[in-house]
Amino acid sequence: MTVLQSKVPDGPLADKWTQHKNKLKLVAPNNKRKYNVIVVGTGLAGAAAAASLGEMGYNVKAFCYQDSARRAHSIAAQGGINAAKNYPNDGDSVWRLFYDTIKGGDFRSREANVYRLAEVSNNIIDQCVAQGVPFAREYGGLLANRTFGGAQVSRTFYARGQTGQQLLLGAYSALMRQVKKGKVKVFPRREMLDLVNADGAARGIITRNMVTGELERHAADAVLVCTGGYGNAYYLSTNAMGCNVTAAWRCHKRGAFFANPCFTQIHPTCIPVSGDYQSKLTLMSESLRNDGRVWVPKNKDDKRPPGQIPEEDRDYYLERRYPAFGNMVPRDVASRAAKDRCDAGYGVGETGMAVYLDFKRAIEEQGKEAIEAKYGNLFHMYKKITDEDPYEVPMRIYPAVHYTMGGLWVDYNLESTIPGLFVLGEANFSDHGANRLGASALMQGLADGYFVSPYTVGNHLAQTTPGEIGTDHDAFEAVEQEVQGRIDKLLSIKGNRSVDSFHRELGKIMWNKCGMARNAQGLKEAIEEIRSLRWAYWENVNVTGRGNQLNQELEKAGRVADFLEYGELMCRDALAREESCGGHFREEYQTEENEAKRDDEHFCHVAAWEYQGDDKEPIRHQEELKFENVELTTRSYK
Amino acid sequence: MVAMKIILHIWRQDGPETKGAFKTYQLDGVSPHMSFLEMLDVLNEKLISNNEEPVVFEHDCREGICGCCGLMINGQAHGPDHETTACQLHMRKFKEGDHIWIEPWRAGAFPVIRDLMVDRSALDRIMQAGGYVSVNTGNAPEANTTIIPKQNADDSFDAATCIGCGACVAACKNASAMLFVSAKVSQFALLPQGQPERSTRVENMLNQMDKEGFGGCTNTNECEAACPAGISVENIARLNREFIAATLTSKK
Repeated sequence: MTVLQSKVPDGPLADKWTQHKNKLKLVAPNNKRKYNVIVVGTGLAGAAAAASLGEMGYNVKAFCYQDSARRAHSIAAQGGINAAKNYPNDGDSVWRLFYDTIKGGDFRSREANVYRLAEVSNNIIDQCVAQGVPFAREYGGLLANRTFGGAQVSRTFYARGQTGQQLLLGAYSALMRQVKKGKVKVFPRREMLDLVNADGAARGIITRNMVTGELERHAADAVLVCTGGYGNAYYLSTNAMGCNVTAAWRCHKRGAFFANPCFTQIHPTCIPVSGDYQSKLTLMSESLRNDGRVWVPKNKDDKRPPGQIPEEDRDYYLERRYPAFGNMVPRDVASRAAKDRCDAGYGVGETGMAVYLDFKRAIEEQGKEAIEAKYGNLFHMYKKITDEDPYEVPMRIYPAVHYTMGGLWVDYNLESTIPGLFVLGEANFSDHGANRLGASALMQGLADGYFVSPYTVGNHLAQTTPGEIGTDHDAFEAVEQEVQGRIDKLLSIKGNRSVDSFHRELGKIMWNKCGMARNAQGLKEAIEEIRSLRWAYWENVNVTGRGNQLNQELEKAGRVADFLEYGELMCRDALAREESCGGHFREEYQTEENEAKRDDEHFCHVAAWEYQGDDKEPIRHQEELKFENVELTTRSYK
Repeated sequence: MVAMKIILHIWRQDGPETKGAFKTYQLDGVSPHMSFLEMLDVLNEKLISNNEEPVVFEHDCREGICGCCGLMINGQAHGPDHETTACQLHMRKFKEGDHIWIEPWRAGAFPVIRDLMVDRSALDRIMQAGGYVSVNTGNAPEANTTIIPKQNADDSFDAATCIGCGACVAACKNASAMLFVSAKVSQFALLPQGQPERSTRVENMLNQMDKEGFGGCTNTNECEAACPAGISVENIARLNREFIAATLTSKK
């Protein structure tokens, strides 16, 4: 018997959420103002949840490390958001969106959660349109759609290449409205450094005011962690520089289980690494694969410029290997195929670690203007970074760490193993299994924020006495002292290596040994290497400046310290999962055609890790995944 | 391409109350492929290895969309490249031996926090004054019941792409936030969803802008030239029309 209770309600799949909502406990309108809720992170999930809970009447405190709630990294999402509206009349339905998402995740997510996601997807589009989000439209004034990977229907709503920006600004504006009404108080430039539990439930957080350096205590009747993913464990990723695992990791160390930490999405179309000084990688939206064709030269030694390589000497390897989906195969498949070509010596560009993404045919067929209207800002960005014009020469792209499907374990209510601690958006593990389909992250963040958590958090609050534990409780004192101790320790080491140099080194270990392809030998080595790096860190890091002032080195130092612990758990999880599925590709487990080989008999489960102490091995729990409505099949995009 | 040597003159200021000054640093081995912020990373690595405090500057996404970064580079907001944030500016725009002057945004409404980092919370408060459509979660009708002519939707989108970086304020001799305010007012004025609050929105946002200590607009269009998101001053013209219409019909 597992300790993990998913709390998935009984009944037919399509009725579960409705039935569940009918049974959730409610807080009466006049009692809502007695409850305080903390929301950490103001991306799509956090901003949507904070605004919605404020509208309902709860007192909300929202925290973000940026200077404004509008800058959370959801803003950088480019391509779009899925919904099962079936406006193009191409046969889409809630069932199909559900099925594509669960298949795209390689059958490693919970049926009921994914179905609910598909079910509320249409409400999200309605809500965003009502907020004034300027989605792309057809000449008749109705909403436009485009196609994304892993689907054979057009169900992606978009706002040029800036969909995340527009959706986040919609949620942010709803949040600002609640700030004006006094229902939400936003605390910008605050970093959550720990979670405070008392009497068996989450009761608040300790934050550092990043301007003054002061530690602050905040108590609440529920804590919502919406702090995004852990892609920056790899140092180079498409994440923002500040994205980190600290809030989630601190919750883990306070008792929240961490699920599937090895599930990382390596996005196929990013601008390749150009030098050692590189600080981040930039994504080129998956939507580009609608019109762009991926290829490498057929001959390894063909060093001609791409424009001079004739059609017959080009290998459109995605179209060749996957004729049914062609360039629109899911991300994990496209990434591995690119790695496969580059490892085999067919890569292009100075480093040989890139493939072409070519728009020549699309420009010939549709005209430059049509392409510009769809992807103008992406082409502009590409040119800024590379100094090459993608209207003239093909883009050079290579996979990069982008999104993390793993996260804190949550039940159907999005509640973690700590009562009162809810986890939303990318920070939880729940909906994308082992691989996320394009345009599904925005959908999930907003689903969790607007349409799931407002119900399920209320259910928790209805069973909680408001304001039971205040910031004067001993638990706050104890946790604050621990946090202060960590800060003092980091500042006192005064070694001779910068924080960034450790972070880069960790990133290299993770990328080489826990990246697009993993094997047992490499993972075991990685665990040892990370341990020694962590030891070196606490002996030799140089954190300049003081704790009682704005100190960006100190901010980074705390985050990197946590990545150095978390990276080990990622490798452990990858080592324990002896199968290949989605973005987790274990070299030992592949088909003759080099496709991922799942082992449903032994690994059709969620792995959720329980922290046991710094010097102890964590415990791996399993939540078995039951598929009552879909048949487990080998994922094929051929 | 060959690595360059550049001379940096950077504004250093320990805190809001302390006096700041330019400090000069020489940096060798700058690759033309580096972004401007990666060049500052390299400088900071060097400072840390000398046990000096690194330069504080704001940045996050480094792909030109979050609006965090904002530097006056040789007197230009976000530097010399058109429609480009500082994080997307690349060192290939500079040459061997160049002197580069880097300052924070200069505006009364944006007090300096440290070095190149300023407090832009005034922009959030302008948004709180009316930069939204009042619709609660769950209130929304079916999306395609609202039909919006493509042209309006496109124009609204163009205004909505403002990244809130504050370059318009920094570039303006009056430190006016008119371009920022006009972008949000325009986005909603062009959409049916924005109509019910059309008048109150423009009045409240402009009032808040004044309260925060931003200056007025004298149509010098520096804001448009500096804007990395390409927001047009046509939006300011629309804002003025909206404001006049609102005051004429105001019931206050």
